Amino acid sequence: MDYLTIIQIFDSALRLATPLLFACLAGLFSERAGIFDIGLEGKMLIAAFFSAATAYSTGSVWMGLLAGVGASLALSAIHGLASITFRGNQLISGVAINFLASGLTVLIGLSWFNLGGQTPSLNGAARFQSIELPFAETLSAVPIFGPLYSEVLSGHTFLVYVALLCVPLTWYVLYRTRFGLRLRAVGENPAAVDTAGISVVALRYAAVAICGVLCGLAGAYLATGLGASFVKEMTAGRGFIALAALIFAKWRPWYALYATLLFGLLEAISNRYPSLDLGVVTLPSQFMQALPYILTVVILAGFVGKAVPPRAGGEPYVKER
Amino acid sequence: MSTAPAIELKGISKSFGPVQANKDISISVMPGTIHGIIGENGAGKSTLMSILYGFYKADKGEVYISGKKTMIPDSQAAIAAGIGMVFQHFKLVENFTVLENVILGAEDGAMLAPSLRKARKELTALAAEYELNVDPDALIEDIGVGMQQRVEILKALYRRADILILDEPTGVLTPAEADQLFRILHRLKEEGKTIILITHKLREIMEATDTVSVMRRGEMTATVKTSETSPEHLAELMVGRKVLLRVDKEPATPGEKVLEVENLRVVDAAGVERVKGISLEVRAGEILGIAGVAGNGQSELLEVLGGIENGTGTIRVNGQELDLTGKFSDARSRRKRGIAHVPEDRQREGLIMDFKAWENTAFGYDDDDAYQAGLLMDNAAIREDAQGKIERFDVRPANAELEAKSFSGGNQQKIVLAREIERDPDLLLIGQPTRGVDIGAIEFIHQQIVALRDKGKAILLVSVELEEILSLADRVAVIFDGQLMGERLPSETDEKELGLMMAGMTGETT
Amino acid sequence: MEQLPKWVDLVIVPLVGLILAFFLSMLMVLVTGHDPMEALSLMISGALGSTYGWGYTLYYATNFIFTGLAVAVAFHASLFNIGGEGQAALGGLGVALICLFIPWPHWSIALLAAIAFAGLFGAMWALIPAYLQAKRGSHIVITTIMFNFIAASLLNYVIVNKLRPSGSMDPATGKFPEVTHLPSLGDILNAVGIPFSKGTPANVTLIVALLACVFVYYLIWRTRLGYQLRAFGKSQPAAVYAGISPIKITIVTMMISGALAGLMAINNVMGEAERLILGSVEGAGFIGIAVALMGRSHPVGILFSALLFGALYQGGAELGLWTSIPRELVIVIQALVILFTGALDNMVRLMVAKVLLRPKKAEA
Repeated sequence: MDYLTIIQIFDSALRLATPLLFACLAGLFSERAGIFDIGLEGKMLIAAFFSAATAYSTGSVWMGLLAGVGASLALSAIHGLASITFRGNQLISGVAINFLASGLTVLIGLSWFNLGGQTPSLNGAARFQSIELPFAETLSAVPIFGPLYSEVLSGHTFLVYVALLCVPLTWYVLYRTRFGLRLRAVGENPAAVDTAGISVVALRYAAVAICGVLCGLAGAYLATGLGASFVKEMTAGRGFIALAALIFAKWRPWYALYATLLFGLLEAISNRYPSLDLGVVTLPSQFMQALPYILTVVILAGFVGKAVPPRAGGEPYVKER
Repeated sequence: MSTAPAIELKGISKSFGPVQANKDISISVMPGTIHGIIGENGAGKSTLMSILYGFYKADKGEVYISGKKTMIPDSQAAIAAGIGMVFQHFKLVENFTVLENVILGAEDGAMLAPSLRKARKELTALAAEYELNVDPDALIEDIGVGMQQRVEILKALYRRADILILDEPTGVLTPAEADQLFRILHRLKEEGKTIILITHKLREIMEATDTVSVMRRGEMTATVKTSETSPEHLAELMVGRKVLLRVDKEPATPGEKVLEVENLRVVDAAGVERVKGISLEVRAGEILGIAGVAGNGQSELLEVLGGIENGTGTIRVNGQELDLTGKFSDARSRRKRGIAHVPEDRQREGLIMDFKAWENTAFGYDDDDAYQAGLLMDNAAIREDAQGKIERFDVRPANAELEAKSFSGGNQQKIVLAREIERDPDLLLIGQPTRGVDIGAIEFIHQQIVALRDKGKAILLVSVELEEILSLADRVAVIFDGQLMGERLPSETDEKELGLMMAGMTGETT
Repeated sequence: MEQLPKWVDLVIVPLVGLILAFFLSMLMVLVTGHDPMEALSLMISGALGSTYGWGYTLYYATNFIFTGLAVAVAFHASLFNIGGEGQAALGGLGVALICLFIPWPHWSIALLAAIAFAGLFGAMWALIPAYLQAKRGSHIVITTIMFNFIAASLLNYVIVNKLRPSGSMDPATGKFPEVTHLPSLGDILNAVGIPFSKGTPANVTLIVALLACVFVYYLIWRTRLGYQLRAFGKSQPAAVYAGISPIKITIVTMMISGALAGLMAINNVMGEAERLILGSVEGAGFIGIAVALMGRSHPVGILFSALLFGALYQGGAELGLWTSIPRELVIVIQALVILFTGALDNMVRLMVAKVLLRPKKAEA
């Protein structure tokens, strides 16, 4: 394995980590506010479809982005209605949302484009173009660091950089603003928020909406940045990997970045090497695919640093009597 | 002189489903006074104050603050009207610092840093003014309940509350901590604040308040000046008739040792030692009462004996040692050794609220041979057995098909008692036997406990109600901070001495 | 909220949820440019209009009875087993192994062995999440989701790398020996003189599924284990007070649940495909959630809702065959059923309460 291969794997890892990062941060906002969300997958999927379909129809990737975010927000609204307003089971709501997206994308896609559930390929202004970072050309000659900058960091689409910027932004919002303080409080003890004169319902809806926007970005990136069309079930479990990454990161923004980069790297490696020969053992690609889930179970089991979720997570808020 | 009352409530009514918690209640409190609201558990005191704080919405009625009609649809409106409330169960975020809890909801802008700076300064000032010292950077989960209560008071003061409501503030405090709380309250009163104190303890009303309102079953029965009333009179107003607090019983005739506990220790899940080397014994035919402020290890003591928690040390029943860890340390093994347990919290532990009464009468004893029919359970046998228990213990309504949650607190307790007492145990563990139980049922329950004693059974009674301990127990042991402070005979002690012991002072040294 | 009579809660509320789900789905059909009435009648006639349709409906229903019961048993202990998909996949592996490698004298003995192995493999796959929940407090919903993915990778590996016959491109094992083939429902019914299509995958497993319903009924409401399991589901502290071990109950309940999900494999792997194909569970594990919710976790309710979903799946397949409406319409209906009978249950209940309780008040 030469340096160029490593560079290529890193480059691919960053691309693959981007949708995971968006979805992971989406889950972070929701779960930090006490709303479990196993419907990240469905929201990404519906956003991927509507962004691709709209981008194709309008010829503008930006309109696609807007539509994707809108579709994801609509599913968030259902999740909010079920888990906040009607105090239903958040997990069951998430399951329903995943199925809803899976069915709707095909149902609508087929009647819209008649391509067996896919959208036509996107090109030109209907896709996100890669952005060359300044001096990428000149620096590429510098040994070691040069390719790292010009190949791995530079040359991605707009949304990759947005995702990376979302990490410090999330950290700042969560720990340095009034909104973040209240958000974290409502996920730990909603009664404290309620008696402090703040609306638990409004806060939780806000969190669920942010989650929707970020899932929308994740889906839009999948169909218009990473790929060039919508394909049936194109999220392929990424929503659940993001969930796994969230647990892996113990619901903290910077760790979310590290976890999604790790999982992106695993995917990049297994894409490149269907079976990985480590000399002593040969790891089948299936093992690499299962690794994020296995790692998450290990973390959940608390054998390596226990993951403690927000205390009020999953519980609808009912005033005690 | 006609100052407007700080608070005036007119015709407040509130129902939760079929239960009417408040019926047409009117009350007025003058500024700069401490006003007590006293009543039994479930009389509707907390509901009324939660309405004033905007936590619940009243079905009917009006609120006037300083003479102005004020709508209080939510807590935000209450805070804006200058009302602060310290709930019985604190509303704090456990993994936040004191400072973060204080500013939550009262931040000055979208950014946190300026709010935190300002709050730190103000907290120092408040601490100096009212003896309310707390470390602003400590995490709530790391500080004691007394401190947490201070944080709640600081939260209210930081929001410039002129009216402070405290709901059963001394339930978790030692008498010394309670005294300090009352000093703080007096100080606040001198500064012109209005304080409403909800309690079911007569002593606190007599010592701390200027005026007092009495509530009974959702209604306000009287409002009087504290200086013009007596505890006896208030007690009568509370329960609606003269209460017989002493239970008629013969002197005990203790027999063989049934329960022997030596050097029992319990460490909780968080690693805190809750029971610190307790030794005691209970003989056949006597009631040992454990008195103490809630949270001093009495619950853990009961739970280890009942097989719910693990501990270390030695426990012998009828001379045979019990397992404290492992497979045979569970509650089922305890029952097989002749130990019955009426738990402190019947709704959380003693009953399955969604199960029918007849299913609950087999709870914990589902392995009884009489209840088996081959591989299946003999539901007909359980139903028949349940009907008998219901009749003998006068459970009302006498319908075994009703779910446990549809019975009143007293009748729920009777179901638990019937189940445990009719097993004819050698040792009965009983925690808070009459908590949340109506007066009529209290007498019945006390009689059942004494009757079991007279049958020659050993009884370990845990209660935070001193009066109950003094009237039921043959010996009283006081628990403080996980240790027994000493033992007294009810005839040779009084509430004052026991109160001191409950605060950690042994009777001999004072 | 006003108290609704129990039968309304158990029957009317899920039915209203179902009607809502259908109404919205048909609205989607209309929006995508098709005729809902036509779609509906095609689905009904496709699923129930012939013994051929019934054969497929019953075949699907058999799958859903198993996975529905699996979810329901866990629900009674307040555990959400979302891992039916993986457990059923592992059950398939168990069935494949005993069918491929052991020479059986007769299908009936092979069936008994398949029941044992499908159940055992399903139970073992539920054991690890159950153990982690009981001993380490790891959230069982998350771990069972993770185990679905791990199961998919594991089966992928075992089938593609180990069990695939050489030269085959299909991700599937070889055909099971003739002797392990189960009698189809058509064979059985024709033998007793009832004419029934022989070309459908419904088979003798249906009877096993019905027996499983009876078994679950007795387990939950008539045995000590069921009593303890329900008590644990209602209140964990109370269970400990009564001497019921949370660890034991969690593990035993999840293993029974996993075994029930695993049993599905006798229907789809042994009964229908007669070989183990990658991805053969086809979402039936998740449909079990809808079936259990709709059936209010009661075996009788589950039987009916499994039939309903069976008909839906067969009707949806017919739809995909004869019209341009894709069979994914069924997934939308399924999603909405889960939504209205599960997550938005309180909303539906409120709607029903408003309609039912208002006239009474007007009279009073």
